[in-house]
Amino acid sequence: MNIIIIGAGVVGSLIARELCRYNVSVTLIEKNIDVGQEVTKANSAIIHAGYDDEPSSVRAKFCVKGNAMYTNLSQELDFEVKRIGSLVAAFNEEEVNTITELYNRGINNNVPNLKLISPEQALEIEPNLNPSVKAALYAPTAGITEPWTVAIAAVENAVANGLNLVLEEKVTGIETQDKKVKKVITDKGSYTADIVINAAGLYADDIAAMVCSDYRPLHPRRGEYILLSKVTSSDLVKTIVFPAPGKMGKGVLVLPTIDGGILLGPTSQDLDQRYKEDKSTTQDGIDFIIEKTRQLIPNIDIRNAIKTFAGLRPESPQKDFWIEESQEIDGFINASAMRSPGLTAAPAVAMYISQQISQKYSLKPNLLFNPQRKRIVNYINELGDEEYDALIKQDPLAGKIICSCNKVSEREIIQAIKRGARSIDGVKFRTRAMFGDCQGSFCTFKIMQILSRELGIDYKDIRYNKPDSRPIVGNTRD
Amino acid sequence: MKSYNTDVAVIGAGAAGLSAALAASREGARVLLIERNEDSGGILNQCIHNGFGLHYFKTELTGPEYAFRLAQMIEEKSIEVLTQRYLLDIDSQKKQIKVVSEKGIEFINTKSVVYTCGARERPFGSLLVPSSRACGVYTAGVAQRFINLENKMIGKSAIILGSGDIGLIMARRLTLEGVKVQAVIERMPYPGGLVRNINQCLKDFDIPLYLSHTVTQVRGDARINEVVVCQVDEKYCAVPQTEKIFSVDTLILSVGLIPETSKLYGKVNLDPSTKGVIIDSNGQSSDPFIFAAGNCVIVYDLVDYVSAEGENAGRNAALYAAGKEQDEKITIEKGNNIGIINPSFYVRNTALDIYARVRKPVEKASFVVRDSDEVIFSVKNKSYVPSEMIHIKIDKEKLSRVKKLTVEVI
Repeated sequence: MNIIIIGAGVVGSLIARELCRYNVSVTLIEKNIDVGQEVTKANSAIIHAGYDDEPSSVRAKFCVKGNAMYTNLSQELDFEVKRIGSLVAAFNEEEVNTITELYNRGINNNVPNLKLISPEQALEIEPNLNPSVKAALYAPTAGITEPWTVAIAAVENAVANGLNLVLEEKVTGIETQDKKVKKVITDKGSYTADIVINAAGLYADDIAAMVCSDYRPLHPRRGEYILLSKVTSSDLVKTIVFPAPGKMGKGVLVLPTIDGGILLGPTSQDLDQRYKEDKSTTQDGIDFIIEKTRQLIPNIDIRNAIKTFAGLRPESPQKDFWIEESQEIDGFINASAMRSPGLTAAPAVAMYISQQISQKYSLKPNLLFNPQRKRIVNYINELGDEEYDALIKQDPLAGKIICSCNKVSEREIIQAIKRGARSIDGVKFRTRAMFGDCQGSFCTFKIMQILSRELGIDYKDIRYNKPDSRPIVGNTRD
Repeated sequence: MKSYNTDVAVIGAGAAGLSAALAASREGARVLLIERNEDSGGILNQCIHNGFGLHYFKTELTGPEYAFRLAQMIEEKSIEVLTQRYLLDIDSQKKQIKVVSEKGIEFINTKSVVYTCGARERPFGSLLVPSSRACGVYTAGVAQRFINLENKMIGKSAIILGSGDIGLIMARRLTLEGVKVQAVIERMPYPGGLVRNINQCLKDFDIPLYLSHTVTQVRGDARINEVVVCQVDEKYCAVPQTEKIFSVDTLILSVGLIPETSKLYGKVNLDPSTKGVIIDSNGQSSDPFIFAAGNCVIVYDLVDYVSAEGENAGRNAALYAAGKEQDEKITIEKGNNIGIINPSFYVRNTALDIYARVRKPVEKASFVVRDSDEVIFSVKNKSYVPSEMIHIKIDKEKLSRVKKLTVEVI
């Protein structure tokens, strides 16, 4: 049996890994040069506790379950999850009512250890919180992770368990026969398919439209962010600090990143379907983030910003995930409209879909499946002196530091390339090199030298992610 | 794990570090110079233009020539340079520095440290300019390294934001290398770089300079294709309906340098706004074990100043290592229209070199150093702009009884 998954974001990657538990041929097709580079790359990176979603929603069904699954998943795949907890702060009567509603909803959704707390308790947890806080909802199970690392880790582990990973191929059509999927056509070839899983993120509606009429249209909802330096700002907040939610979602937050920086955002702006590539930040968005986050944490020093970015979330008119097999075409399964809390829900969605398939087709388990994967260790941060010194004696490149800000050695970068990084961003998202305060100004060229040498490619062919995102266009002189 | 013993360890072998090592060595100290790159010289190595050394070497040199002269003097003095060492920690309790390299982890036991790690460029993201995630934005130093050291071309048509010296130098360099430089954009109503660079790098090449303008948006998909520029008002806010759109594939940033002091956070007092090391007139920081000099203290106009300050810190670090008692420290305060000042404290019984920048341009003004109401030093009837650093020297005799110094331009 051939299963084709379209889209290697966090959802498609985790589905691919789950399906490798069975004796089937699994192929994951991704249009980019790397996995996790679209919706997965730019969001708040939160493992939500699960009190936001109406109990009747599909989101509620998967969020709390997905949250719990991250503990085991992060151990198996060796990526970081920090359960730092979340705080929803209320500043007036109306907001106190809203967080009380959230509390009740959370209890209904089986969110563990949820608590309504006093202003004093809230300020004890977050001393920088606006002291005019009236009450807060505290959810200790909420956490943060690195979404792209989840995708990278899942794909690495899946490949080790037999996944056929196809990069830089764009699906252009899906052939059906007798109301059944038959073949997935890409711009470079075709793949026989018994089952097609549509995890194409923002383009899942276009993919679904290739085979059936019963699909949900998607539009991008843009979220802009500002990242503050970990060197100067890491002690600003310890938990994920939310305002009381409003019509446009969970509001503008202040939260730590896994790496120790502080993230401000997102905005929430519905864009027309035509703007599925528009990851621009805007003056209004930046101003709005500063204004809103200062209401939460008044002493934010915006001079410590090192980066702005925007991400796009796939939103449907139903404002809910769409996870089901097509009623028209047998073997075509949608994992679509994975808006927030898509990252949190992803492991539960992946397990649900793979179990559905396994039951329907009576799949046999893959007895050789090994769920373990090891991450690339950051030597300076994680090894003791003796251990690190011994490693350098074995491989001197472990002692050659390339990224000064985030302390990444040449050996770590070579490992990232050996594990599949083929671009500057590929190295960046696997090692955190170029992610620090200087934003790559000292090390980008050194990393390009390593990429050129290890991959045997010319400098002018080295790119960030997209095909034309090349920082060097040729030689100054021949 | 290997360990070294020395009197003075200098961290960073750019202009400040090389000069500090030389001065410490002249005082008779054993000196170890630590550098993260393959060669000494720091950022001078990529500054292939001339204009260096007029004060310090009394002749005009290029950046690499300036670095080479210092490196030769280091060699003549037989000062040991440990290259490709990455600084892991400075431990002032143990009086020890930990570094790592391809040789492994090494410890340097030292009596004092001179921290001379220079500055880094303010990244594009920190400007909060609305932008697509397109490639084609380079800080001037990165562009300079690609072109001058690596023989790599970065684009075809460029616009430069910021009229600091490195931005001006790059406008000329890019033009000479065949890149069409369409404009230099400056947010302030006056240029950020030296007058000579405005003339030699822009006017001589007919590159327009837009004062009181800024970049308000960067557009493009994979690579940038448009940069939107607007006029700004007195509060630096964009004026509506003044947009100019430049079709370029490259945006170069020369928007300031940030002292590289990330390894000193929590160890010594840093200026809260510039992040530079706060030092006294001996180059000593709030931790007596750690001295500092160069662009990690304040960003200087001229490498000659950096060398002079490096020498000062290196000499005093050697004296401290030899057990010299510390003299009393007198606070130096920023008075009217002073944006940046160094040092922050005067150590009694020494001459005093003051480096300062005004906040706003002013004509026919006086530069005054006073002790309460008593004027210790003054220069009258001069014009000052923030881009031209003020440097004055006061003899120690004039300072023997001062209690608190205030520096101002009135």
